[in-house]
Amino acid sequence: MTAPKLAQRTYYGKALAQLGRDNPQVVVLDADLAGSTKTISFKKVAPERFIECGIAEADMIGIAAGLAASGKIPFASTFGVFASGRCWEQIRMAVAYANLNVKVVATHCGLSVGPDGATHQALEDVALMRELPNMTVIVPADAYEAFQATLAIADYIGPVYMRMGRSEFPVCTPEEKPFEIGKATVMLKGTDVSLIGCGQMVQACLEAADLLEKEGISAEVINMATIKPLDLDAVYDTAAKTGAVVTAEEHSVIGGLGSAVAEFLSEVRPTPLARVGTYDTFGESGSADELMKKYGLTAADIVREAHNVIEMRDEKS
Amino acid sequence: MSEPPGIEELQNIANKMRLDVIEMTTAAGSGHPGGSLSAADLMAVLYFRVLHHAPDQPEMPDRDRFVLSKGHTAPVLYAALAESGYFPKEELLTLRKLGSRLQGHPARGHLPGIEVSTGSLGQGLSMACGIALAGKMDSKDYYTYCLLGDGELQEGQNWEAAMFAHHRGLNHLIAFVDRNRLQISGNTEEVMSMDPLPEKWHAFGWNVIIIDGHNIRQILEACAKAKESRKNPTVIIMNTVKGKGVSFMENNPDFHGRACNPDEYQAAVAELKAVIR
Ligand SMILES: Cc1ncc(C[n+]2csc(CCOP(=O)(O)OP(=O)(O)O)c2C)c(N)n1
Ligand SMILES: [Mg+2]
Repeated sequence: MTAPKLAQRTYYGKALAQLGRDNPQVVVLDADLAGSTKTISFKKVAPERFIECGIAEADMIGIAAGLAASGKIPFASTFGVFASGRCWEQIRMAVAYANLNVKVVATHCGLSVGPDGATHQALEDVALMRELPNMTVIVPADAYEAFQATLAIADYIGPVYMRMGRSEFPVCTPEEKPFEIGKATVMLKGTDVSLIGCGQMVQACLEAADLLEKEGISAEVINMATIKPLDLDAVYDTAAKTGAVVTAEEHSVIGGLGSAVAEFLSEVRPTPLARVGTYDTFGESGSADELMKKYGLTAADIVREAHNVIEMRDEKS
Repeated sequence: MSEPPGIEELQNIANKMRLDVIEMTTAAGSGHPGGSLSAADLMAVLYFRVLHHAPDQPEMPDRDRFVLSKGHTAPVLYAALAESGYFPKEELLTLRKLGSRLQGHPARGHLPGIEVSTGSLGQGLSMACGIALAGKMDSKDYYTYCLLGDGELQEGQNWEAAMFAHHRGLNHLIAFVDRNRLQISGNTEEVMSMDPLPEKWHAFGWNVIIIDGHNIRQILEACAKAKESRKNPTVIIMNTVKGKGVSFMENNPDFHGRACNPDEYQAAVAELKAVIR
């Protein structure tokens, strides 16, 4: 049976609707994109707790901070570029520094946004958010995990940035498994190389592992859905086991998951490592598939890098 | 040199640009036709009568500058550039495709005639202020024109720019508001009210001209009037209809950000061809 292709934002909307029914403290803010971010699903069940801010993202973050300072649990959503970049300093002071319970949830992140082009393709948002003290950064692997993570961050007290894509893609996590913030999931056990992915790239890692298996290479696949705080034990254990690591993210290699893993490993357990992601570039218009291929974000790219890190490891020893 | 196009001819060019918008967004399978159609009459007037520009010399130092702050309506800008000769019209059909110079949102450096990059709303007027200020510093006579969406005006940065433009006496800055009263989530007054809009601009020290944005003569007159200002920047608030020119797109928020399906495409093309000479 092939896994269904689902959009994360649809499941974000479903989770918000559930929260709308179950948790009277939850309020949802949007900036003229409710139909796209799917916060509209919340508006349908709790219209009095849905706050339309207009095309004014910076204002939205300030309002969310004020609501959080007054006991509400605000979810503020827009596209990733605007959520992370347009109001970064508002998030820095009003949310992170004040350590307020605001959930900034971004959709339309990464190259798979497609034809809208570079202005709408967030490839820097994880870096921007990871940098902020007090901030938790979550990148769910698929729609089911987006659903579970939404419920989990509503229960967690503190600032959170959660990142999702635009398109529909196959699910790879169990539908009912509660999300644990800060806990990586081993999706596939292996011994020769570790593939650590987040977001849509977890699926690509699983496909890469299949391809590697056909060559007799046993890959361990880890879903690092929380980028911050990073599950250090999980990274350490898999690196110790395989001695060769590939990270994969639909994001710049500067400052994202690859950086987080590299920073940690190079301090505590230097390990041959390669990062699959975008390399100091903006995106462009094109279909999602074309762009993922052009910018090196496919299973084939992960396989190639797996070979490279295995070679590096074997040369060293 | 040939005579500048008269009112009828400008109307005809605007409708050709409307057809271009439909052709290109349909070929792309995505894009923003609604706000492109509402601005087509203005764009025809600007590119065929008002702007001092030379399509074969896009970097001409004394050219007037145009900034499309509401960058999602790139199709109508590309149509204006192609119709006036910046690049071949065939290229319009590459909109939003991999490798195209016609990016989903206008990208400086990709295509001649694009002065700045836009697509993230609310930033164009600031850039236009910078361009206008540079002209003033260098004692140049060029004008800087900036097209804003009415929903876009909800971004606070616009009002920072409005404050700056008045403070620096940028009388060679002319802004247009495409007052089609729609944004993605519906009517602007229901989403986040912008009225009383003229008073807001007045309060920031701007000259305010209110016109029917589909009346070519009024657009021409407003531009001429704006250029008479010796002290302050001018905003021309154009009352428009989103989707103007294609009956089923008019005032229909659904066509803010989606292309026609094949049936809609046929119907839209038929309507537009019927009015194009
Ligand atoms: C900063 C920013 N926030 C949100 C968006 C998404 N967006 C694109 S168009 C649009 C609505 C624009 O409405 P309006 O300015 O009235 O444009 P028009 O009606 O002329 O199409 C929105 C919210 C964006 N491009 N940039
Ligand atoms: Mg509008």
